[in-house]
Amino acid sequence: MISVMIASLHRDLLLVMRRKSEVLTALFFFVIVTSLFPLGIGSDPGLLRKIAPGVIWVSALLATLLGLQRILASDYADGTLEQMALSPAPLSAIVAGKILAHWLVCGLPLVVLAPVIGLQFDLGGSAVGLVMLTLLLGTPTLSMIGAVGASLTLGARGGGALLSLLVLPLYIPVLIFGAGAVNAQIAGLGAEGHLSLLAALLIFTAVFAPWVAAVSIRISLE
Amino acid sequence: MLRVVNLSCSRGDKVLFSHVHAELKPGEIIHLRGENGAGKTSLLRLLVGLSTPAAGEILWNDVPITRCRESYLRHLLFLGHQSALKTDLTSIENLRLLSAIDGVALTEDAVTAVLGQFGLWGRERFPVEWLSAGQRRRVLLARLSLQSAKLWVLDEPLNALDVGATELLLRMISDHLAADGMVFMTSHQSLDLPNVRVLTL
Repeated sequence: MISVMIASLHRDLLLVMRRKSEVLTALFFFVIVTSLFPLGIGSDPGLLRKIAPGVIWVSALLATLLGLQRILASDYADGTLEQMALSPAPLSAIVAGKILAHWLVCGLPLVVLAPVIGLQFDLGGSAVGLVMLTLLLGTPTLSMIGAVGASLTLGARGGGALLSLLVLPLYIPVLIFGAGAVNAQIAGLGAEGHLSLLAALLIFTAVFAPWVAAVSIRISLE
Repeated sequence: MLRVVNLSCSRGDKVLFSHVHAELKPGEIIHLRGENGAGKTSLLRLLVGLSTPAAGEILWNDVPITRCRESYLRHLLFLGHQSALKTDLTSIENLRLLSAIDGVALTEDAVTAVLGQFGLWGRERFPVEWLSAGQRRRVLLARLSLQSAKLWVLDEPLNALDVGATELLLRMISDHLAADGMVFMTSHQSLDLPNVRVLTL
């Protein structure tokens, strides 16, 4: 089961390596959107520090959304998903590999880029660390929820727009606790509660998302 | 042994076919024929378990395939209309990754050797994007001989193949049958093979 998951992860990463532009689009999007805010709002450090967590988190949500379609849609179109469903291994393990690949490509780089983005908002060292920690806990959840959304919109006409409508509302808890953690710490309230809830969301989706996505893929293949 | 009992399939209100019976023992081949839209592909998809029948049962060694999914799929290879090949990857990568997802690890040398037999010598490291439709089909045939599945379910495997490749496939099928394999396939051409049982929808 683990070997199949690794095979599926390897496969998706290899595909990404052959088509780097798609990944870079999401990263550039994240960097550019977060850079537009300081330019548009002006150089009031107090205000920038205040909006930083929200801006970084909203941009991260939108950036992960860009790569979601790719998780399943092309495999559905060329029949790969059919072959995956016919593997003797559980389909959920294959899907889990795909989700992990999406996170490594669209989620992890955002965590790494966060300190650079933080500079533009004059965030202090501890706040930047916390932004990175919340992104590290939150972005995998985004990939999981996104995969469920992608599996539900398989084969639907205009699946891309539908996917955003379906997935963004489900992203709201992650956004609230992710940005909330940083705001709470800046306000001196401590971020432990928010972080625990983010971790709980991560565990919950990690258990259910691959399975739910696999069931939904089987339904859309019928 | 594969047994199809009283199988019916419907799409919405329309009944595609009903009361289909068939039995496939080791060393046998069934050639499924029918007009366009008669439900040949639908029958194959039922057979491999991608969709569920409106009525009837499909038994693998007398057990319904829904109850022995894993061992059934281990013995099954399905080639559908869609190639499942990634055009960005080379044929070697495609074949190795497809079989890795089936839980079978193949070495690069083994895949290269088989691709050579299928006339893709020197092209195995090209992205599949650069191959013609017929050559892509040959890559899939290489998959048949690489993954030692007992039951082959083939949907129009002769499409886009030239004379040489058609002969090659027919020879592969007869070798497979001689080795107690089973084949369930659709084709609009009549098959030049001994002991072909024809099932018409």
